[in-house]
Amino acid sequence: MKTLSKLYTALIFIFLYAPIAILVLFSFNASNSTGVFTGFSLQWYKELMRDSATLEALKNTLILAVLSSLIATVIGTMAAVGIDRMKNRYVKGALISTTNIPMMNPDIVTGISMMLLFVFVGTTLGLDNNLSFVTLLIAHVTFNLPYVILSVLPKIRQLDAQLPEAAMDLGCTPMKAFFKVELPAIMPGVITGMIMAFTLSLDDFIISYFTIGSGFETLPIRIYSMTKKRVTPDMYALSTLIFIAILLLLILSNVTSARAEKKMKKK
Amino acid sequence: MKRILSAFTACFLLIFELLLLASCDSEQETKKQQVKGTINVYNWGEYISDGSEGSFDVNAAFTEATGIKVNYTTYASNEDMYAKLKSGATGYDVIIPSDYMIKRLLDEGMLEKLDFENIPNYKYISEDFHNPYYDPTNEYTVPYTYGMVGIIYNTSRVDEEDTGSWDLMWNEKYKGDILQYNNSRDAFGTAMYRLGISVNTENEEEWRMALDSLAEQKELVQSYVMDEIFNKMESGEAAIASYYAGDYLVMSENNEDLAFYYPEEGTNIFIDAMCIPKGSKNKSLAEEYINFMLSAEAAIANAEYICYASPNTLVRESEEYIEYMGEDWLELLYPENMDFAKEYDKNCYKSLPSETLALVNSLWEELKIDSTLGVGIYLSCIGIISLLVVWAVYTIIIKKKRSKYY
Repeated sequence: MKTLSKLYTALIFIFLYAPIAILVLFSFNASNSTGVFTGFSLQWYKELMRDSATLEALKNTLILAVLSSLIATVIGTMAAVGIDRMKNRYVKGALISTTNIPMMNPDIVTGISMMLLFVFVGTTLGLDNNLSFVTLLIAHVTFNLPYVILSVLPKIRQLDAQLPEAAMDLGCTPMKAFFKVELPAIMPGVITGMIMAFTLSLDDFIISYFTIGSGFETLPIRIYSMTKKRVTPDMYALSTLIFIAILLLLILSNVTSARAEKKMKKK
Repeated sequence: MKRILSAFTACFLLIFELLLLASCDSEQETKKQQVKGTINVYNWGEYISDGSEGSFDVNAAFTEATGIKVNYTTYASNEDMYAKLKSGATGYDVIIPSDYMIKRLLDEGMLEKLDFENIPNYKYISEDFHNPYYDPTNEYTVPYTYGMVGIIYNTSRVDEEDTGSWDLMWNEKYKGDILQYNNSRDAFGTAMYRLGISVNTENEEEWRMALDSLAEQKELVQSYVMDEIFNKMESGEAAIASYYAGDYLVMSENNEDLAFYYPEEGTNIFIDAMCIPKGSKNKSLAEEYINFMLSAEAAIANAEYICYASPNTLVRESEEYIEYMGEDWLELLYPENMDFAKEYDKNCYKSLPSETLALVNSLWEELKIDSTLGVGIYLSCIGIISLLVVWAVYTIIIKKKRSKYY
């Protein structure tokens, strides 16, 4: 039974990581073939450094992901705090479900409805560019928000409601009490939300596809547009680098939470 | 804990800062060159020489020569591009669709007339490409590339005597080794050329004949694919596929066993051309860009990078290009003894009326959806869902009963 369960675990891991392993392998391929491995070389990494359009797309994607996750984190944390303090149980419940809807909504519906809204507003206001970086950013913030709220809200619930009251007793203004006491306590939730928003925004294709304007291109859209001819292997190199970066980020965040737990236990 | 968190945030902000700095830098750089303006170019993916693998970076060279910044974005199909334009996305200055899509855009009044005074290099375009059907008065478009579809096969697995016509793709000997397009127009096209039906017919009967032929081919087909063709043909996973001649050249570099021919019944010819969509704010700059694309340096670099045939006489006469491509490749891309205008008119895809398009789409669905499997899937889904519902109701009843006792 034990060997069986081990085998099962191994199989699951193979299924999860075989595609990534193949991707990493082919990023070191000497030829531009995606089917035949002809030899080891680093040429696609070199190629990637020279591919200005791809680097531009990467830069756009990163700017978009960082900006949208920061904005979503700020708004989402404020919203979570506000929702938590609501007195009316029914309104509160309704509000939580409403914020969750964009998360359950299929991306394609969100994307199309956002596009319609932006085009409608743009034409009503008579703007030159109906869709632009700003519309893309708004769209990304919108779909990031529920994830931030979802990860912050439980942290606030865990928080002892008397803590900020105690702080205010000791002379804090409500503002100060929030920043000095409440915010540090819910910080792990805020960070989780931010990281989640960041990764979601990084790999979003469908919503970006509908709301992106002229003259701006994110990485997923660039890769998709290569599919008439072929996805060039420098994309594998790039994906490998992104995978490693995400892996490091994950390890870092796990280490942080493990350390925090240890500290808690010591206390 | 706090330290680590702040380190985290610092990292985040640092990335952001660096990005901002980077973008500032590039802006300053272009400022130095006196920015004349910015144009938005919307082209197929991988359809321009972009400086990779030591090639010539056309967009960068254009910016250097003229001081016009290029925002270059890409799409995967004509239909994607059309949807984007139709959705109200404005601001594109140059687009490069295929012939039938140009016709559609033109019919819907979505293209701007070009001012050929700003495009003096048009004189290098070969006579064959003047006044094509999609732009009979030659006022809206400048051809970019053209090409023909043919059949690629693996010489180590396909007998030479079976080649020559579209029948190879219907040959039962090669069951499971054949790839077909995952795109209705191209897939129907292969059947219609084989049957000798016009690919632009509006006759429902003829489309149904093509469907029957595709249905008959279905059990021989390994899979319906687009860009995976490269992968599957190079690795030898499949042995027969039809695709563009230029792309065959790229594949043959990775697998020497591959060979190519144009089917004798006739085959698709396409032209992709540059045009300016309505609503462009920088029309004269866009025309400057189009003119630049026709200059010897850019046109040759593009022709060598994309590997499709070029309508530009400067390219055809360039010794560098002839040497780079080699005689075999040139022969393949530019077949001799071909009355181009006549062949093109006979075999190109034209814009179909909307009823025919709808018919083609529904026939395509019919082909792709296996009816027996479809019913099975629905039935099993319904089965699973009803089991879940029964289970849920059962647990609710049990719980209620129990709560009565306690």
